[in-house]
Amino acid sequence: MTLPVHFTRDLSELPTHAFGTRSLTWWGVVGFMLIEGTGFALAIAAYFFLMSQEQLWPPSALPPKLLWGTLTLIVMMLSEIPNIWVKKAAEEHRLRDTRIGLVIMSIVVIPLLVLRGFEFANLNIGWDRNAYGSILWALLLLHTTHLLTDWVDTLVLAALMFTDHGSEGRRFVDVSENGLYWHFVVLSWIPLYVVIYWVPRMTQGGLIG
Amino acid sequence: MSRRGDDPKALPRDGRDLTGDALHERLSLTWCTQPGFWGWLTTVDHKLVGRRYIFTALVFLVLGGILALMMRVQLARPENGLISADRYNQIFSMHGTTMMFLFAVPVMEAMAVYIIPLMLGTRNIAFPRLNAFSYWVFLFGGIMIWVAFLFNVGPEAGWFSYVPLAGPQFSPGKRTDFWAQMITFTEVAALATSVELVATIMKQRAPGMSLNRMPLFAWGVLVTSLMVIFAMPAVMLSSSFLIADRLVGTQFYNPTEGGDALLWQHLFWFFGHPEVYIIFIPALGFVSQITETFTRRPVFGYAAMVLALVSIGILAFGLWVHHMFATGLPRLGYSFYTAASMMIALPSGVQIFCWIATMWAGRPRFTVPMLWVIGFIVTFVIGGLTGVMVASVPLDLQLHDTYFVVAHFHYVLIGGAVFPLLGAITFWFPKFSGRMMDETLGKLSFVIGFIGFHLTFFPMHFTGLMGMPRRVYTYPSDIGWNMLNMISSIGAFVFASALLLFMANAIVSYRKGLLSGSNPWEASSLEWAVPSPPPPYNFAHIPVVEGRTPLWDAGGTLSVVTGLRVEDRELLLTTAIDAEPDLREPSPLPTIWPLLSAIALTALFIGSIFNPWAIVWGAIPLALALIVWFWPKGPPEAEPVIE
Amino acid sequence: MRRPPLLIAALLLGGCSGEQSALDPAGVHSGAVLNLFGLFFWVCLIAFALVIGFLVIAMLQARRVDAARSERSEHDAIASRLLRGWIVFIIAGLLVLTLGSYFTDRNLALAAPDTGQSNRVPIRIKLTGQQWWWQVEYEDPNASQQIRTANELHLPVGVPVHIRLESIDVIHSFWVPNLAGKQDMIPGRHNDIELLPTRAGHYRSQCAEFCGLQHAHMALDVVIEPMADWLKWRAQSLQPAKAPATAEEKAGYAYFMEHQCSACHSIAGTPAFGTVGPDLTHFASRPSIGAGTVPNTRGHLEAWIADPQGMKEGNHMPYLAVPPDKLHALGAYLRSLS
Repeated sequence: MTLPVHFTRDLSELPTHAFGTRSLTWWGVVGFMLIEGTGFALAIAAYFFLMSQEQLWPPSALPPKLLWGTLTLIVMMLSEIPNIWVKKAAEEHRLRDTRIGLVIMSIVVIPLLVLRGFEFANLNIGWDRNAYGSILWALLLLHTTHLLTDWVDTLVLAALMFTDHGSEGRRFVDVSENGLYWHFVVLSWIPLYVVIYWVPRMTQGGLIG
Repeated sequence: MSRRGDDPKALPRDGRDLTGDALHERLSLTWCTQPGFWGWLTTVDHKLVGRRYIFTALVFLVLGGILALMMRVQLARPENGLISADRYNQIFSMHGTTMMFLFAVPVMEAMAVYIIPLMLGTRNIAFPRLNAFSYWVFLFGGIMIWVAFLFNVGPEAGWFSYVPLAGPQFSPGKRTDFWAQMITFTEVAALATSVELVATIMKQRAPGMSLNRMPLFAWGVLVTSLMVIFAMPAVMLSSSFLIADRLVGTQFYNPTEGGDALLWQHLFWFFGHPEVYIIFIPALGFVSQITETFTRRPVFGYAAMVLALVSIGILAFGLWVHHMFATGLPRLGYSFYTAASMMIALPSGVQIFCWIATMWAGRPRFTVPMLWVIGFIVTFVIGGLTGVMVASVPLDLQLHDTYFVVAHFHYVLIGGAVFPLLGAITFWFPKFSGRMMDETLGKLSFVIGFIGFHLTFFPMHFTGLMGMPRRVYTYPSDIGWNMLNMISSIGAFVFASALLLFMANAIVSYRKGLLSGSNPWEASSLEWAVPSPPPPYNFAHIPVVEGRTPLWDAGGTLSVVTGLRVEDRELLLTTAIDAEPDLREPSPLPTIWPLLSAIALTALFIGSIFNPWAIVWGAIPLALALIVWFWPKGPPEAEPVIE
Repeated sequence: MRRPPLLIAALLLGGCSGEQSALDPAGVHSGAVLNLFGLFFWVCLIAFALVIGFLVIAMLQARRVDAARSERSEHDAIASRLLRGWIVFIIAGLLVLTLGSYFTDRNLALAAPDTGQSNRVPIRIKLTGQQWWWQVEYEDPNASQQIRTANELHLPVGVPVHIRLESIDVIHSFWVPNLAGKQDMIPGRHNDIELLPTRAGHYRSQCAEFCGLQHAHMALDVVIEPMADWLKWRAQSLQPAKAPATAEEKAGYAYFMEHQCSACHSIAGTPAFGTVGPDLTHFASRPSIGAGTVPNTRGHLEAWIADPQGMKEGNHMPYLAVPPDKLHALGAYLRSLS
């Protein structure tokens, strides 16, 4: 410092980690959620834009099979139970519960990935058939990417919590924020599910309104 | 470095007992980057990353400028056979692409990366490893597209690459794929720095620097970063759809299979319009800082200025259809976009007033940065006014896609962003380097640059009104455009020589300029409280702020807080609105993993131009690199320990 | 601030008239737009003058010695009031410009033939843009009254024209600056544009949306003529192609029909009905070759046929290796098609 200084408060007692908006990485995670959320919103807008150009929707195809997407929706909503639990455990610094919760979350994603595979196989249209097929695959692929990346995040965190680093305060913040991100993965599925599976049924054979 | 088991109370911290030279020694050891090549590859110091980011962006400015000169040589005479149609089309595409994606946005972000942590009183940017990663991704993307261009595989469909021209049927080969993938590189880099800057601004401000005391440049960077977050996904999406159409046969833009050429335009311009404000708003921040310093008073109308920045940021998202007035969309819809495009003149006009009012009631000193500010006011206002002209639909239908628009956007981009940038580089040069740029050469650069700029672009208003469309590699000799084009071409060389002079000044001054000291301009913001160039840790003690102009408010001494650890990298987090001290946050050590991750990402992106499976296979090394990056290194931290 | 005023004057004076200029209106639409531009120009000039005026005053104040804090707050108080005035001025100015723009638009829409306000039956044309030429079709419910040509528009003074704009490949844009603003031609969509010429003359149109390699050479000749002359042109255009008269012309005709020419080009009244390339029925009366690339003279024509790629690289007419004697014959035949 080039000016003489005048000492005021001493901050040695300040904690080194905290949850929610007090955490620096919270802002990073929310920033990425905003980016990805905007991507989803624009992709959905593109879907409706392409729909507005057509007389018939879906054009030359059956709507995607309802079963698999709905199963995904149900499993996603159910996965929120262990997710909310592990997030709370982390915020209360309960190491053992956090470890268990992360293992559960890592396992819970597996049936989701399997269901997602069935979803892709039952879209009833190829991505190269027409623009409807292309945007449908794009929407599903975007969400799948988030599913996969959060799964890898969860696996890595789970492994980490079983090491020595597991008892650092900061790691509990990571777990809490991973839980937050899972909320985003689940919540973003809801509008996507409606757009992919229900909009074509509401317009089947023509356009509403 | 401390480790598990050390008594937290016994760890050395800054304060009364540890200050001055002794503190400087300990902190330097903790915060320094290893000298040599390895240090250069692994640094996470925002100043070092920021400097190389700025430098690289300026290299792209020069490259883009050379392309412009080539275009002007070709267009100096009608029916010129110097450059072939194909080559010219690649040149103008690369010129726009380089200037917009590789120079303008990156340089503004890079200036923010360097300046913001210093201006806010913190020791490093938030997420410093992500910052390093962002630079490498930007660099590799820029190298990729330029190598492609030099191998005659450069983009040829313009910087905004309309479909179906850029689609698989009419742009065969890999040219457009390189372009589309370069977008992905630069958008990842920009999004990363934007997230860092938002986090830094919201959480790492000095105690007492509540939001309403934050410097106007920081407000500009905050608004810009949020705009990047909401705008760039649009171009990521549109360019990914384009690659998919070209590579795996999707039909997003194919009208015969339900796709729509206008889908591209909507998605692109939803990004593209905010993009120009993303370039412009940080420049407005530069103007505020420079004006404040050289009038020796805070900018007039702080609240109005902040409100103006925020409203520009929001309004910018409602204008994009004004790029599409000729596409035949419903007239009623167009009126909305005309109104919004006109409205954005209001906050800009308010800002211009406030800067002039600051000068009027202050004691202006006409140093080189201030000259660039004056040049900005004159030039940008002209550009803004021609912008109001093209906001009108009937007028725009004559002016769209002509040289009138070329004139308009160069007036707002060069006048509105490059002039402030040159002023800002001159202004912060002492902080970057410890030396002053030469004042005489600086004044000369300004005068020649101002004249050269107007000589080049003012005639283009007429050229456009007289019917010359954009993006033509030649024109007939009997229409009446010859003289105007010749003048523009001469002007281009005059302007280029001013830029060369500026850069020569910077290069020579870096080694031989007058030593500057920490605050040669007697400025008010915190970055001027530290030595020039700053030590690796920025601030020995974190400063406390009591007003909008900390160094002017401070009188003779600077209030500081104490208690941050010295053996480990630690900085202070404060609360988001009122900047009350809240947490002590560790800051990462240098690491090679951002570079390795960037290399893995580059392989994935470039591979996927040729084969979609590259995405799957490329994801594996990328995931591994990211996991190692994230995995905590070394033994567990000393505090806190949770049992 | 540093532009010599004389330069501007010279540019303005010299540049006003032109065959491809928005500053030289020959139609209702372009005239209205130029008037609107005038309104914008003056309002913007006033705004600019105010800003520069304030800036100069502020800079000149630099010579004052010391701005004491109290003096500064006096200035700030005045500035606050001025700011309010400035905001009002900006809003008023933008309102004037927006209303001017809106009314211009509305008046032009009312001038359009389809609303039935005009008392003349509009001429209907379909214009199809393709890389890098224009297909022009004058429409009529009666098939024998339809005209098909390329790269030229003939229009009478004072009659509204309704053009449907399409593209079969990439986005092009139709723009005759002397007559009206532009409209894009987007594949998969159709747009419409209205023109209403008010003055005779020869004008030029150029594609105004980058459409690939030879975008710079995609122009259209626009001939506006008095009604009597236009009717003559129309009658002539409705005729099938003139039969070849001289021996050279006949040789050219024979070559044309026996070789690849007829696969791409059509000539009404002959076996040639290819649609890939421009219609050549009345080619000789066309002002230019290759959509405005070169003037339609004998030399240019033969050069074009001999080496179309050399004249306009990348265009879709391939190199045909026409023997030199046949070249003259072809040229003669095509130049007989008036």
